[in-house]
Amino acid sequence: MCDMEYSISETAWCPGCGNFNIIDALKAALEKLGKKPHEVLVVGGIGQAAKTPQYINTNGFCGLHGRALPPAAAVKIVNSNLTVIVNTGDGDSYGEGGNHFIHNIRRNVDITHFVHNNQIYGLTKGQASPTTDMGHITDVQVAGSINEPLNPVLLAISLGAGFVARAFSGDKEHLTSIMVEAIKYRGYSLVDILQPCVSFNKINTFQWYNKRVYKIDGSYDMTDRLKAMEKAMEWGDRIPIGILYKKEKQTYNDKIKFLNGNQSLIDKETDMKKIRSYIEDFI
Amino acid sequence: MNYNILIGGSAGQGVETLSAVFERILKRQGFKIFTIRDYMSRVRGGHNFIQLRFGNENLYSHLDDLDGIIALNNETIEYHVKRLNSGGFIICDQEAGYEDDRILKLHLKLIAKEIGNIKIFGSVALGAAIALLGIKLAGVEKAFNDFFNLETARQNILAVLEGNKLVEPKYDVHAEKEDESILINGNEAVALGALAAGCKFYSAYPMTPSTSIMNYLASKMMDAEIVVEQAEDEIAAINMAIGASYAGARAMTGTSGGGFSLMAEGLGLSGMLEVPVVIAEVQRPGPTTGFPTRTEQSDLKFVISASHGEFPRMVIALRNAEDAFYQTIRAFNLADKYQMPVILLSDQFLADSTVTIKPFDFDNIKNDNFISNYEDIQNKPYKRYEITPTGISPRLIPGKIPGTTVLVDSDEHDEYGHITESASVRDQMVRKRLRKFELLKEEIQEPLFAGEEDCEVLILAWGSAWGPVTEAIGMLNEKHDKKYGALIFGDIWPLPTKLLLEKSKKARKIINVEQNATGQLASLVSETTGIFCNLSVLKFDGRPMSSQYIYTKVRENQ
Repeated sequence: MCDMEYSISETAWCPGCGNFNIIDALKAALEKLGKKPHEVLVVGGIGQAAKTPQYINTNGFCGLHGRALPPAAAVKIVNSNLTVIVNTGDGDSYGEGGNHFIHNIRRNVDITHFVHNNQIYGLTKGQASPTTDMGHITDVQVAGSINEPLNPVLLAISLGAGFVARAFSGDKEHLTSIMVEAIKYRGYSLVDILQPCVSFNKINTFQWYNKRVYKIDGSYDMTDRLKAMEKAMEWGDRIPIGILYKKEKQTYNDKIKFLNGNQSLIDKETDMKKIRSYIEDFI
Repeated sequence: MNYNILIGGSAGQGVETLSAVFERILKRQGFKIFTIRDYMSRVRGGHNFIQLRFGNENLYSHLDDLDGIIALNNETIEYHVKRLNSGGFIICDQEAGYEDDRILKLHLKLIAKEIGNIKIFGSVALGAAIALLGIKLAGVEKAFNDFFNLETARQNILAVLEGNKLVEPKYDVHAEKEDESILINGNEAVALGALAAGCKFYSAYPMTPSTSIMNYLASKMMDAEIVVEQAEDEIAAINMAIGASYAGARAMTGTSGGGFSLMAEGLGLSGMLEVPVVIAEVQRPGPTTGFPTRTEQSDLKFVISASHGEFPRMVIALRNAEDAFYQTIRAFNLADKYQMPVILLSDQFLADSTVTIKPFDFDNIKNDNFISNYEDIQNKPYKRYEITPTGISPRLIPGKIPGTTVLVDSDEHDEYGHITESASVRDQMVRKRLRKFELLKEEIQEPLFAGEEDCEVLILAWGSAWGPVTEAIGMLNEKHDKKYGALIFGDIWPLPTKLLLEKSKKARKIINVEQNATGQLASLVSETTGIFCNLSVLKFDGRPMSSQYIYTKVRENQ
């Protein structure tokens, strides 16, 4: 058993769910990076993917629906020694939490965001998610979804995210390698992980993805933002997986003098003499 | 003896700075001050005013009756002249189109123009007011230098000196003691309290009238090493504060009622995860956008019941600037001790009113540590939500102890933090969380009492009504016809009942005095104790109640 293993006989996930491969890849990635359980925090919102912190032996924070990113970012801001990873779904990240998605890209705190994107709402039994393709019929979208699907990787690149990748839960080895790179990246990193929902998405199945995904080859220049946006727009018959865009950037903590380097705010004592001197402002 | 001066003009005319300068001059000469700020939700135009009350005794509130008006435009006179005492004065420009025998029309703009900056004519008026009141010019230079660059300060100082020559003294006002006060408003006191409590993380979304808490903290961010993060919305603000707190930093957020509405689910998260957080809710009249820049006490019942489900929380209503400082520190300690949200309930009246008070006592501040360490959990598997007699479980900081992890969960969870669907675990966890509330009740503070010990008429009030009510009680008891007393609640949830039961037994009449339309304290009191108020004095027009208003309403309804 590896350090990250949490022995639980039963998860709340359906047999054949893409989440199993994703959590296996996450454990493998953390092992590869030599992380100890107490050095890692996994944060989730609400949803099936968001239960990931329950099934891995690291620090865990299962928060509110759509609100995984704000606490995750705050943890990293005050304690840069923790490796902070968000594992949560497409509804959580792009729907309920859309505003936080946008603004945490701007914030660029050194956290990693793994989105289990199955293009459907699983836990609420099969309604359209922000990434559901047009025409997809559900119990609510009875005539098929009429809304344009959101392209998270294109959005992230356009907003200036420094690390944007797409992966497929069906290719565990490739997924693990992308996860390793994403965790190593200093700054906000997004990995949109395509994942079949065996119970509620009868269109975007394992076979559907398997037929379409292809790995971005070594000649691709991942530092070219315009090219990356073009690549990010590929969808349909062929879906690229791999790192779409990568650029070194200053992180949130880099930009604040008392947070950069190995400083950790939680280890700093309050300088009461200094605080007391502020009374001068009112004299 | 104290004087009540109104300075008014349109937004952008410098009313705020003029008053701030005058306040500093008076304060440094040794006067005691209380001001209220009345401003509109706009950047330019409209009508803004500040009422500056000063004298030699401690002041707790504002007054309606005015001794003087410094009018930077006609509207100021028109709006307020009916409140001016018969012997009062109005200082305005020569060109002002208003007639009154108390008016002093002076060449304010002409003089300002000669100095080279017509915009500073308010400072000429200030100079005249200082002369009229017979106040010394000491401290004028320093006060302007506090706010302006050298050249602008020089012009303004000159303007005051020139204005000072325009009129003869009519009053003889002088400070009887040396200055030993600080001049501070409620929001600044909350912010300073947060810093003194060791707050390391403040995330908020700007919302009047809470924003100046964030402004003050931001001004100290680099020096005090506190992260001040302007969040994308109030939902992010509270969730970030909870994240920072989980990680081990004392964390806080602040907002007004509208933003607090958005924070409701986050409030429950703090309760369920048992992660401490301090929230300043600076009330303004609602619902919705309401009166953005005005005051009300209408969120009491909302904050004590906000968020779905049942969990312990504490609500402390801030009564004055001293409370704002000391209770903020206490809020952090209680939030940490009970691992729950603590809400500081303030309002625009308290937030923006500046007052002279005794400097804060930093020597007796105690920031308690409620974090468990390795020794506490040694040899045992760590249970974040261990069932204990008090309901308080050992709290660890994630990452601090090799081999130990900290799992928190918004789902109902077992002692380890794992999701559960078990009926018996649910039962135990609800009881565990609510046990903390029972324990908290043992250390809450009784309300402040003002007035005659064996009062026949008992006033019940809360939060910032403390100032006006305390002064009103003094005025009522001067009549010697009845004995009046008042209980003014600070800790308000859980509601302390000891003094309430004791005083209400003797009282023949109980009156609730509140800045809302439905009598929320009266409702809370009756629901908790079965005690009913006989009369309500309520005000909900967005303007703060004065002692005179309370006095009149109570006498009217004898």
